Amino acid sequence: MKKTLFDKVWDAHVVDTVPNGPQILYIDKHLIHEVTSPQAFAELEQRGIPLARPDRTVATADHNVPTINQHLTIKDALSRKQVAMLTENCERHGVTLYGLGHPYQGIVHVMAPELGITQPGMTMVCGDSHTSTHGAFGTIAFGIGTSQVAQVFASQCLLLNKPKKMRITVNGNLGPNVLPKDVILYIIAQLGTNSGTGHFVEYAGEVFENMSMEGRMTVCNMSIEMGARGGMIAPDQTTFDYVKGREFAPQGEDWNKKLAYWKTLPTDPGAEFDTEYEFDAADIAPMITYGTNPGMGIKITEHIPELDDTSFNKSLSYMGLKKGQSLLDHPINYVFIGSCTNSRIEDFRMVASHIKGKKKAPNVTALIVPGSQQVAKQIKEEGLEEIFENAGFEIRQSGCSACLGMNEDKIPAGEYCVSTSNRNFEGRQGPGARTFLTSPLVAAATAVEGKVVDVSQIEMV
Amino acid sequence: MEKFTKLVSRAIPLPIENVDTDQIIPARFLKATSKAGFGENLFRDWRFHKDGSSKEDFILNNSNYSGKILVAGENFGCGSSREHAAWALEDYGFKVIISSYFADIFRGNALNNGILPIKIEKEKLTLLLQHLDQNPNAEIEVDLEHQTLSLAEIDLKETFEIDPYKKMCLINGYDDIDFLLSKKEAIAQFEMQ
Ligand code: SF4
Repeated sequence: MKKTLFDKVWDAHVVDTVPNGPQILYIDKHLIHEVTSPQAFAELEQRGIPLARPDRTVATADHNVPTINQHLTIKDALSRKQVAMLTENCERHGVTLYGLGHPYQGIVHVMAPELGITQPGMTMVCGDSHTSTHGAFGTIAFGIGTSQVAQVFASQCLLLNKPKKMRITVNGNLGPNVLPKDVILYIIAQLGTNSGTGHFVEYAGEVFENMSMEGRMTVCNMSIEMGARGGMIAPDQTTFDYVKGREFAPQGEDWNKKLAYWKTLPTDPGAEFDTEYEFDAADIAPMITYGTNPGMGIKITEHIPELDDTSFNKSLSYMGLKKGQSLLDHPINYVFIGSCTNSRIEDFRMVASHIKGKKKAPNVTALIVPGSQQVAKQIKEEGLEEIFENAGFEIRQSGCSACLGMNEDKIPAGEYCVSTSNRNFEGRQGPGARTFLTSPLVAAATAVEGKVVDVSQIEMV
Repeated sequence: MEKFTKLVSRAIPLPIENVDTDQIIPARFLKATSKAGFGENLFRDWRFHKDGSSKEDFILNNSNYSGKILVAGENFGCGSSREHAAWALEDYGFKVIISSYFADIFRGNALNNGILPIKIEKEKLTLLLQHLDQNPNAEIEVDLEHQTLSLAEIDLKETFEIDPYKKMCLINGYDDIDFLLSKKEAIAQFEMQ
């Protein structure tokens, strides 16, 4: 039978099938962090069960850590306790932890790929919905709840029904200044926030084939924003080149063996999907969201649609916007460049190339939050730090930061923030905060102008 | 996990679509390291003003409405995978959530905490929401064994789907860990391959 990429990886991990019921899926890598793991560790201890495979578990502290003075004791008592508990739990159960201060610490979905922990053909889970990011490597990766974290702790397996398969194909060439973030925001705006429910998505076509690994991660990251469990892209030379030589990548003979296997993973010609969509790259333009879910997005030159239903009206009223309004020239006081969607080195290179020699507008607070300590190091080594500082941007230490406003990094109530993160939900970036999701380029240009600008008109150096 | 078989209860209508888990429990309340007490901050920013006083126009603050069933608009539970959302709903006292669509991760989290998510057609959901809005004392009957949901006064009787395995878990109060541990040998064999 002809198989899809998803079928191949899934089927290779099925331990057993419950008659008329779910399947037992083996999990190769389990990533954990401080917020969704404590109750799962507690569950293990209550039941007196050992952690099945500490060697397949990797931890970092990211969601709830400060982004200033990470070498000092965390000020907030509850956050401090949560992070300390992760350290204790990892020590007790023999789990590798890249905690605060460790050179590998970072947002879980930035850290694992850059260390070569994420590899094609794997199954990976984490108590975080954006685990879909790792699908960029041709990996089945998805977010789970804390009960499931406990299940993986106890058995290294999950009980699951095999999701349906969707393929989204985008062929053609992207226009100038149209970035991977625009591609995924466009797809979600076209299909809606629950179009992917029950599905695993494969992104296919020239646009993704020509994309860097960073770009592919940005796309797969937001699969959950259309309701899909995860997204995948077939591994190819770009993938292999990225993985090769990284800290935990296979080496020598092992590399050759794995590489040969990875090359068999792409979807067989003629394999069937439950749902298919196709888009033309030429139709995609720089995007911005105007509402309170990621599906409420428009091309930056378009106007807010004139719909009429309760949820739509509620959303616009929260955002302080009107139907038919354009967002161009909308004044902005906050810009956040970070999150597991757009905090990799390529994103910051893009930002730096735009703001080099420029200054942020006086009204703007612009935050640069690297996805990991390694990215922060690269920013320094490549001389980007100086560019950001000269432009008046604030560079922070790595973590989730204002993506979810769990630490001190919050956008004040009523303020607008142009953000490279993935969610514009009510209060996501702080109670009352209003989020416009964009690419890093739109965010950088906005910081310079102090208002939303059309980047398709900008010449890049 | 508590066992679930049958429930007769009044219900609270929440006719909002795409209720994400950030609304159900905002991130700033996720610092706790146990599962207890999240109900206090359920729908925090819809329920309370910044100073902690109640927002009178939010349905949970309207004393005419109460019950163990929440009836919500399409795509309930989207967004973050935080199971804290299910803990908050459960802690507040909800046993059943009815919607025309649930986000996948939330549905799984709910079932893992003894909350039954029931999916019904959108037209039926609209009907139900309207009726509850006008008749806060209406009682809904949920029968898990027969997979039915009924509201006699409007002649509504729907059957709903549930995975047979999950149904067995809810009825018996089992969870997946018990099951997975019983499969230890098969898992060990798989690891040898
Ligand atoms: S950066 Fe944001 S979306 Fe990504 S893992 Fe952290 S909180 Fe979640």
